[in-house]
Amino acid sequence: MSKVRVLVGTRKGAFILTSDGKRDRWDVSGPHFAGWEMFHLKGSPADPNRLYASQTSGWFGQIIQRSNDGGKTWETPGGEAIPVPGAMPPPASNKFAYDVSPETGKPLTTHQWYDGTQHSWEFKRVWHLEPSLTDPDTVYAGVEDAALFRSTDGGKSWHELSGLRGHGTGPEWQPGAGGMCLHTIVLDPSNPQRMFIAISAAGAFRTDDGGKTWRPINRGLRSPYIPDPDAEIGHCVHHIAMSPTRPGVLFMQKHWDVMRSDNAGDSWQEVSGNLPTDFGFAIDVHAHEPETIYVVPIKSDSEHFPPEGKLRVYRSRTGGNEWEPLTKGLPQSDCYVNVLRDAMAVDSLDSCGVYFGTTGGQVYASPDAGDTWAPIVRDLPAVLSVEVQTLP
Amino acid sequence: MIRVVLPAHLRTLARVPGDVELEVEGPLTQRSVLDALEARFPMLRGTIRDHVTLERRPFLRFFACEEDLSHESPDAPLPAAVASGREPFFIIGAIAGG
Repeated sequence: MSKVRVLVGTRKGAFILTSDGKRDRWDVSGPHFAGWEMFHLKGSPADPNRLYASQTSGWFGQIIQRSNDGGKTWETPGGEAIPVPGAMPPPASNKFAYDVSPETGKPLTTHQWYDGTQHSWEFKRVWHLEPSLTDPDTVYAGVEDAALFRSTDGGKSWHELSGLRGHGTGPEWQPGAGGMCLHTIVLDPSNPQRMFIAISAAGAFRTDDGGKTWRPINRGLRSPYIPDPDAEIGHCVHHIAMSPTRPGVLFMQKHWDVMRSDNAGDSWQEVSGNLPTDFGFAIDVHAHEPETIYVVPIKSDSEHFPPEGKLRVYRSRTGGNEWEPLTKGLPQSDCYVNVLRDAMAVDSLDSCGVYFGTTGGQVYASPDAGDTWAPIVRDLPAVLSVEVQTLP
Repeated sequence: MIRVVLPAHLRTLARVPGDVELEVEGPLTQRSVLDALEARFPMLRGTIRDHVTLERRPFLRFFACEEDLSHESPDAPLPAAVASGREPFFIIGAIAGG
């Protein structure tokens, strides 16, 4: 019988929740890395026992953790062995050094600071880890300040795909309220050369040559809060989701607005429809029904909680515009939690499971595509990320 | 043999239960201590000082013999009591917030 493994990153550690295919009884393992901010954990589609985790701390910086047994044990790649005295030191798995100009040795570019002045790139943390669809040792990291890194040796060493920052619009990028972070990485299963990323607050970008060159894909996004609402750069994209069964169709939760693209991001249309508010962070797509999408509407960009104190997932079965609230099993009074951008995921069992975590420490699961919900856990630290693995 | 006291989170990361004992070659300075520490525990690289600049991370402090050595030159000699192992070299997480 199939199993499900839910990887949860929180403000104070990581937790691993496992269940059989019924998804009504759960084992909880953790906290792993207690006391550390665990921004994101994700498993390799090519080897489900290979997990990667981003462990961060304001005091001690960035750590990359790796597991080869589904999260039972962990290691810091490159740091696991004590080197022989005098031997070459192993590569540093937590070294994210931005590329510099090969001609001058100076930084490639600067970005816009909150006050409009130019500012140097400074590495802060890894927001998102996206393992390759085919190679367990290849993994991408989206970092703050926004850049994309890749490791091809299982996380031991990282190299920037600097065509993204270097393509010319870097000086126009600026931090969102959460920092200037590259938080979304979507790999196209039908085209290994194609990848989508999103940055707050620069927008969405696409590569069609494996990460060498990039272009902005923000046509149709409209952001009244920036000087030019239709600008090519500067939109605060919160998250992008794509069904692996239909690459090229993208759904986006923007700062405000839920958007849809049917041409791999070349243009976008708003599909917020009858949502009570189109602000939010998380968005995902049903595993088997590519027109069924999920969002969690949040009241506003200053009140990061659900409208009316009711925690409602909204589902559209029409690819947007027509939305229905899903409430059965979710608190419908006095609920003032947030659901962050990487804190929603789906499994791929026949009856698609949907999962999300809250800043109040609950992780909710629906084994029936959102019709009914139940908490797996209620009292974790604030949840930063939720990912799901469907295991044979 | 000198002794180094790590913050709890770095002890966990390095998988050591308590103080670390290190053999340091040459003059005993902050730099030589940290070089030896990182060579023995590679997972600590980048957590105490920046990978590229090798500067102390902002929220960490260095103490020995009840003196704050955080702003001393990384190449200044450490006290003789640290060199003899009588006193440890402390790496301490600075308190920020309440």
